[in-house]
Amino acid sequence: MTGNIIQLDKNGNLKHFLSTEGLSQSLLLSILDHAESFASVGERHVKKVPLLRGKTIANLFFEPSTRTRTTFELAAKRLSADILNLNISTSATSKGETLSDTLHTLEAMHCDMFVVRHANSGAAHYIATQVAPHISVINAGDGSHAHPTQAMLDMFTIRRHKQDFSKLKVAIVGDILHSRVARSEIHALNTLGVLETRIVAPHTLIPAGVEDLGVHVYHDMDKGLEDVDVVMMLRLQKERMRGALLPSEQEYFQRYGLTSERLAKARSDAIVMHPGPINRGVEIDSSVADGEHSVILQQVSHGIAVRMAVMAMTMGRHSDDIGKSK
Amino acid sequence: MRISIKEGRLLDPANKLDAKQDLFIADGKIVGIKKKPDGFESDIQIDAKDSIVLPGLVDLCARLREPGFKHKGTFQSESLAASSSGITSICCPPDTNPIIDSPAVVEFINQRSRETGRINIYPLGALTRGLNSEHLAEMYLLKQAGCIGVSNALQPIDNAEILRRTFEYAHSCDLTIYLYAEDSSLKNNGVAHEGAITTRLGLPAIPESAETVAITRALLLAEQTNVRLHFCRVSSARGVKLIKDAQAQGLPVTADAAICNLHLTEMDIADYNSDCHLQPPLRSERDRAGLIAGINDGTISAVCSDHQPHDVDAKAAPFSLTEPGASTIEHLLPLMSHLANRKEIKFTEAISLLTYQPANILGIDKGTLGIGKDADVCILDPNLHQSVHKKNLLSAGKNSPFQGWELQGLVSHTLLNGKIVFDRNELK
Repeated sequence: MTGNIIQLDKNGNLKHFLSTEGLSQSLLLSILDHAESFASVGERHVKKVPLLRGKTIANLFFEPSTRTRTTFELAAKRLSADILNLNISTSATSKGETLSDTLHTLEAMHCDMFVVRHANSGAAHYIATQVAPHISVINAGDGSHAHPTQAMLDMFTIRRHKQDFSKLKVAIVGDILHSRVARSEIHALNTLGVLETRIVAPHTLIPAGVEDLGVHVYHDMDKGLEDVDVVMMLRLQKERMRGALLPSEQEYFQRYGLTSERLAKARSDAIVMHPGPINRGVEIDSSVADGEHSVILQQVSHGIAVRMAVMAMTMGRHSDDIGKSK
Repeated sequence: MRISIKEGRLLDPANKLDAKQDLFIADGKIVGIKKKPDGFESDIQIDAKDSIVLPGLVDLCARLREPGFKHKGTFQSESLAASSSGITSICCPPDTNPIIDSPAVVEFINQRSRETGRINIYPLGALTRGLNSEHLAEMYLLKQAGCIGVSNALQPIDNAEILRRTFEYAHSCDLTIYLYAEDSSLKNNGVAHEGAITTRLGLPAIPESAETVAITRALLLAEQTNVRLHFCRVSSARGVKLIKDAQAQGLPVTADAAICNLHLTEMDIADYNSDCHLQPPLRSERDRAGLIAGINDGTISAVCSDHQPHDVDAKAAPFSLTEPGASTIEHLLPLMSHLANRKEIKFTEAISLLTYQPANILGIDKGTLGIGKDADVCILDPNLHQSVHKKNLLSAGKNSPFQGWELQGLVSHTLLNGKIVFDRNELK
């Protein structure tokens, strides 16, 4: 339901990228295919293509983030767009300016795209309903709702290693309750037709009615990892220890930390993923994070290609235009 | 002023009256039904041939936004909106600014109400001083000044000892407590009903237990203190069950539901529709059905608009950052008719939930058409219909979650104390 109406233009092309939910399998595959052609750009001597030359992209980060912002910035630069970084955090809002005022100010600067990170779920969706029709909005993470480019770079990484989604069992482990990454991954995996999506966490970190998203719930990690092809670990925020959600990092690591012994329950060719930054010794053991099953660093470099693909597609440009625009 | 309302279908559930009869009004009172009093000559005659003549409606919870929030609504705008849907009496919660915790504020409201002259306003006094949930408000003085009951509005009283003392003190003042039952720790910054929707949208969730735990605690204290307790805007099926059991034990407890919760569910939030950001939250279809069942078995004896008009900015933000509440006062009656049309409740029952039953809860002599009663009357033309649209709303708050709905039935006239205070023909 989320936004397939608002995310697509009247011809069914991607206009905004707010959520992986509600988009068709062919559209998700098309993002992966485009990303595949952009991935080679990063490996070239000259890492730029002129697809978005003359376009202005504003990174609107209402919540601080270095990693995500940097990869969006690099992606925009490789597409030859001009990029504007705005850390709005609380400065504008604390002066009494409403979100709509901020947006209209930026529109007046003739931006073509907003990349939005916000602490509240639905923020990117709200912004997409407010902007002028020529502007595209890309969700770089909203509250606990969605982080669709992260999910797509994960799908890209999985496809590079596993090819056929339909044979895969995938386990997502950790703080599902607060995770926008997990929600976007679940929708993407199910749309791409994996055999089974599992979530593994204590009851306190699992949101109500999560089965409706199409997942099997496991509280026992050893059972949850049995025979899986992909293990997707989530970052555990330290502040979760302050409330009544978890007793301690030690206990969490004992029950849900990914160690070599635990990983042995999964298939022998399983890959281990993590959206970063990693808490070593909290959700994952260093030997696994740096081990042969880990594809964590590949995820980071794939992030640029996937973000280039989404930026180009929402602006109506495609990777096959690379040659034409030279 | 003498008014006769001719040939309408008179529907007065309090007196079990439902017949095509004339109604005669003189000097603010109802002076005749069916038979014209001797020597009665009307100054105004209203033809109600195709209409239903009802007692003026009694709304147990509506915010007019004055004093303190004139940018959201005024006595003028909201009382016009109210009388356009046949409402003649409104009970308003104390969370104005200043808060209704002193006789001076009550006097201000009474004075503005008299000046506006379109509806009867019955203010609830604060249960705790400044709604601070710590000190008792001057309940006795508030009662003397005209408060009809006491309430802590939407402010939770977390401390059970303080809640107990407020119950005891209100009991000794012979005041009914109007309690919105929500446990703040379980609510925990939630903005929507905990379930598949909050999980999908990643919204902070309000579990059902936020309501049921608060109801249970209040019922135990009510049993201990004997206070008359009214639960405002019950939203969950299990909450209804708890109240039903307490009533069966003979506790003096009553309950109402808000009109939105009888029509909408969590699904209506769809993609962050902030007009569906409500408090109490829209819950599941099972809960909605539980409220309807609670109406049909008598557990819930009133339906209120829970009218909360907002300015545009209050709803223009990501969902969690918007203010809860809906502008509903204009559609209370047609939305209740709609439930009857869908055969969820009987039409007569729908009217009693809006008239004498809420009047009984408030302890006021309203909501009926008996001879000698105040002539608060509303005339409903069931053949007229309207599409709900922001631009058609009379309320200053355009935050209706019923945008685009087609509603059957429009009020043509509303009379307050024998005076016509709303005539649809005079609307431009």
